Amino acid sequence: MLIAEVVGNVTSPIQVDSLNGRTLLLIQPLTPEGSPSGNARIAIDTVGAGEGDRVLMIDEGNSGRQILGAPDAPVKTLIVGVIDHVEVGGESVYDHCEGVST
Amino acid sequence: MHLGRVIGRLVATHRYPGLEGVPLQLVQPLDASGQDAGASLVACAVVPSGPGDTVHFIDGREAAIACPETFVPVDATIMGVVEEATNAGQVISGSIAGGG
Repeated sequence: MLIAEVVGNVTSPIQVDSLNGRTLLLIQPLTPEGSPSGNARIAIDTVGAGEGDRVLMIDEGNSGRQILGAPDAPVKTLIVGVIDHVEVGGESVYDHCEGVST
Repeated sequence: MHLGRVIGRLVATHRYPGLEGVPLQLVQPLDASGQDAGASLVACAVVPSGPGDTVHFIDGREAAIACPETFVPVDATIMGVVEEATNAGQVISGSIAGGG
């Protein structure tokens, strides 16, 4: 699995049937520290993520098909979690609550 | 899946069995700001896309799975026409009418 950030939305009224009803989000893979790492891509959301969220993504077809319960679906990139906190070497490198005024 | 823009069409009458009747289109991949990203590529189209359309396409084994015949030598397939793609609330690409 990889860490990514949701940067936008993709609306596609004409698409293959297996994607109908699925939310497509534009995501940018990141390093744990938060810098861009690899090409942006489009992911199927399964957890209600939104723009600006740091998310957990998988980029592997078999897992994607199992999650969606669609053995024949041409799917590969899915969002499977919204990240709250990331630590590297005991140091916090990302916290969802930082900068959020309560 | 990746964002792309259809920039042309391609005709190849001699093809690998199983690819009969599958349209081939030239696609320019786009990055998260809607700009060209990398070299263009040839993709099968399983939706009614055409030159000027912003699309999303899939690569790898899943590209063949998306084709009518699933055991074909295909590594890129257009799976949807994108009406609108946004980045931080700004529309970066997308238009069924072409361009975008």
